[in-house]
Amino acid sequence: MRKWQLGWLACALLSLCALSALAKEAAPAVADPALEARMLRITSELRCLVCQNQTIADSHADLAVDLREQVRSMLRQGASDRQIYDYMTQRYGDFVLYRPPLKRTTWLLWFGPGVLLVGGVVTLILVLRKRSHLSDDQFEPDELDDDKEGLRP
Amino acid sequence: MKSLRFILPLGIFAALVFVLWRGLSLNPSEVPSPLIDKPAPSFTLTRLDDAGKTLARDDMLGKVWVLNVWASWCVACREEHPLLVEFARSKSVPIIGLNYKDKRPDGLGWLSQFGNPYDASVFDGEGKVGIDFGVYGVPETFIIDKRGVVRYKQIGPLTPEIIKTRVQPLLKELNA
Repeated sequence: MRKWQLGWLACALLSLCALSALAKEAAPAVADPALEARMLRITSELRCLVCQNQTIADSHADLAVDLREQVRSMLRQGASDRQIYDYMTQRYGDFVLYRPPLKRTTWLLWFGPGVLLVGGVVTLILVLRKRSHLSDDQFEPDELDDDKEGLRP
Repeated sequence: MKSLRFILPLGIFAALVFVLWRGLSLNPSEVPSPLIDKPAPSFTLTRLDDAGKTLARDDMLGKVWVLNVWASWCVACREEHPLLVEFARSKSVPIIGLNYKDKRPDGLGWLSQFGNPYDASVFDGEGKVGIDFGVYGVPETFIIDKRGVVRYKQIGPLTPEIIKTRVQPLLKELNA
């Protein structure tokens, strides 16, 4: 094959790629942008159970697609946000909520980090206080750099 | 006081090791179902083999029964299937299949190819009843008591172990 033929072939292939790329870009238009936005806001607070690190808004799992459709149809029927979250927790438990509710079983989850932080700070303060009361001879003397210069390897 | 300085960190370390070790043996993909000890969601669906006949949750009241969620596209269901066929031979409990997000011909073909352990299968093409049951990882198996209350949920395929240690004792208890 000659050089110019190769060039044409490359051009043809590239334009084909470009065409198929265009074809993919054309997403179906959303009938009701306000409803879609509300649906996305609600589902981005919900965990997808199939791929647990994704929200239902993000996930491409079949179940997430179905649940988004479910939320859309509930919103169309005039459901409140609360009703939708209740609907989800009735079926999948509190685990679907990215913000778990505050109740006895989640106290450790909500307050654990705070308790650890306060505990750490209190311990630090106690230790430092105790040390500040110790006399100097309780500490190892600081190494003096300047007069040992010659002994260094 | 002096010995506490050694015992305390050691104790904290031991507790941490225990918690982390316990965490290793938990399966994070198994989410405890909120349905346990609650009435099974109500449904009325057509039968897989006959779109003219329906089966409802309330038809099963008064019986202890097993609901097994399956689909012809589900690989783990195929893995579970021989066990279910064998379990069905004992005739100890009615097994109802919920054919989840499938197509009728595919589901029927699957049953004729691999055997049919179900007393009846109902067809849930859109997966709406599946959502009501909180299904997210097919196969799933529910045990429902005489009052229509969900007593057990298995996520993923049943194993001989689970049937022996969990399913059979529970069925015995519920049927007593």
